[in-house]
Amino acid sequence: MRYLAAILLLVPTFLWAQEPSGKEILQRIDKNMASKSTISTSKMVIHGARQTRTIEAKSWGIGDEKSFTEYLAPVREKGTKMLKLDDELWIFSPGSDRIIKISGHMLRQSLMGSDLSYEDMMDNAELLEDYDAGVIGSEIYDERDCWIVELQAKTAEVNYQTRKMWVDKDRYIPLKEELYAKSGKLLKKLELSDIKKIGNRWYPQKMVFKDMLKKGDGTEFIIDEIEFDKEIPEHIFTKAALK
Amino acid sequence: MLAIKLAYRNLIGAGLRTWLNVFVLSFIYVLIIWHYGILDGWNEQANKDMKVWEAGNGHYWHQSYDPYDFFTLEESHSQIPEILQKATNEGIVTPILLSQATVYPDGRIQSMLLRGITPDQKVVAIPSAELNVELEEIPAIIGRRMAKSCKLKEGDITTIRWRDVNGTFDATEVKIVKVFNCNVPSVDAGQMYIPIEKLREMMQAPNEATIFVIGADAEMSDSVSGWAYKDYDFLMTEMNEMMKMKKVGGSFFYVILMLLAMLAIFDTQVLSIFKRQKEIGTYIAMGMTRPQVVSLFTVEGAMHAILAVIVGAIYGVPFLLWQMKTGMSMPAGSDDMGIPIAESIFPVYGVGLIVSTMLLVLIITTIVSYLPARKISKMKPTDAIKGKIQ
Repeated sequence: MRYLAAILLLVPTFLWAQEPSGKEILQRIDKNMASKSTISTSKMVIHGARQTRTIEAKSWGIGDEKSFTEYLAPVREKGTKMLKLDDELWIFSPGSDRIIKISGHMLRQSLMGSDLSYEDMMDNAELLEDYDAGVIGSEIYDERDCWIVELQAKTAEVNYQTRKMWVDKDRYIPLKEELYAKSGKLLKKLELSDIKKIGNRWYPQKMVFKDMLKKGDGTEFIIDEIEFDKEIPEHIFTKAALK
Repeated sequence: MLAIKLAYRNLIGAGLRTWLNVFVLSFIYVLIIWHYGILDGWNEQANKDMKVWEAGNGHYWHQSYDPYDFFTLEESHSQIPEILQKATNEGIVTPILLSQATVYPDGRIQSMLLRGITPDQKVVAIPSAELNVELEEIPAIIGRRMAKSCKLKEGDITTIRWRDVNGTFDATEVKIVKVFNCNVPSVDAGQMYIPIEKLREMMQAPNEATIFVIGADAEMSDSVSGWAYKDYDFLMTEMNEMMKMKKVGGSFFYVILMLLAMLAIFDTQVLSIFKRQKEIGTYIAMGMTRPQVVSLFTVEGAMHAILAVIVGAIYGVPFLLWQMKTGMSMPAGSDDMGIPIAESIFPVYGVGLIVSTMLLVLIITTIVSYLPARKISKMKPTDAIKGKIQ
């Protein structure tokens, strides 16, 4: 009887110890997702109301401060280049042979007709900086056991007040994310799949972004190749590289 | 007097040639008066509509507000100053708060300007009283252009998304309680009106405004710190410039007609001087001085314009009066140019317009008639009587 009492007393403690805190989960996600630098080749499949378009691009990135993307296909977009330095974004379009700075309201426009805005693309600050995280439950999602982590903004100056993530318990990678408006309305949904081990990290090869207020099947982001922590020459992240 | 009598007799004697010239000239009279009448009527109507719907008797703009630069919207709102609050309470001005937003009609995405307006205001003609309803959703009113571009109608519920002053996204449902008809595109296109208090709450901008509209009959021009006063003339500058351009563009057509008519009169004059050399020689032989003969021919030419006034009046007055009464229907979609255009434009004919048109045609005709007549002063009367070509 004494053993039974001891077991009953210890089990909750044991279980508690098994459940990491929201902060720990975010830290482990960052270990998988964040890197010093990335070089990737990807496809963006935009499912519009009438047609589906595929855009191929090669990107170079350093942390979340610098990134450079060159669009490779289709012919209409080929040669378009995008440079992001901190909070600023420039686009070079070969058709007009001009470099345009995207700022203010234009940042809210859709990126090449996708479900992503330029702003969404630029919003890749570490989650721990802006959000308090808490585990609110556990669920099987996409046949994987997941923590459900709720993120509440620490400050008022964030795009989304609340986020919800379904994080794979074994691999510490989010499999689904929901972005909410202040009113609680679901604005955007992100689904990550085809998780592969690359070096010592798990990384999703496919992401589906969906603007929940808009019709359509969302935008798929498929990574064909990705390399982490490679040296990238500094000249790539200059406006001169756009032309 | 003799010249006028002779000129009249010669003109009537010329028959069809005279009446053809007179008819073309009369057509130009009627066309110019009608065209300027339409433009003046349009201008008057547009000014009235602008005053009632948008400009009032002037605006106060937040110092950072620039209607041509949407990037300024995020910064261009602040607390209502005391003097404008007092004027608001007295119904002299009405505050409007502006915010960029996105509307998702039937799952499509469209950028728009969200305008917060006081439902009880009577300063502008926007039917804001329709917003005085208790609904689960936010009540909203839109103009017919916005309704058309978004495919929205009264009773529709749609989602809007915006950002508060901190940049955080928010979204909610709005119900279209009224689609209003307005001739001023800048009041309507790409805009949605909701109660100002609701927008303040949504933006987290309590008691703030972007612009104030001064009532059309109210007087206010005090300087207010942090707010720029824009008088009625300033607000109408762009529209007046456009109307001027329209007048210039429209005059091209009747300048061509006028040139054709003047060419006809010039030819008639040249021909009659050539054909009537014996007559000219006889006039001089009988004691008329050369300037008298020149003036006879000039008056003869200029008299085309006077006869044209009479002929023009016969068919032009009933036509112009009929137009004034029924107006000219504008084709659907013609107001998409950005200028306020009513469904029908009623021409306005001022005395100045009629007199100046008559004078203009008369002067030009006289000059054109005089130019070939100058040749007479170089004629030798003896050769002229013999009918020798000179």
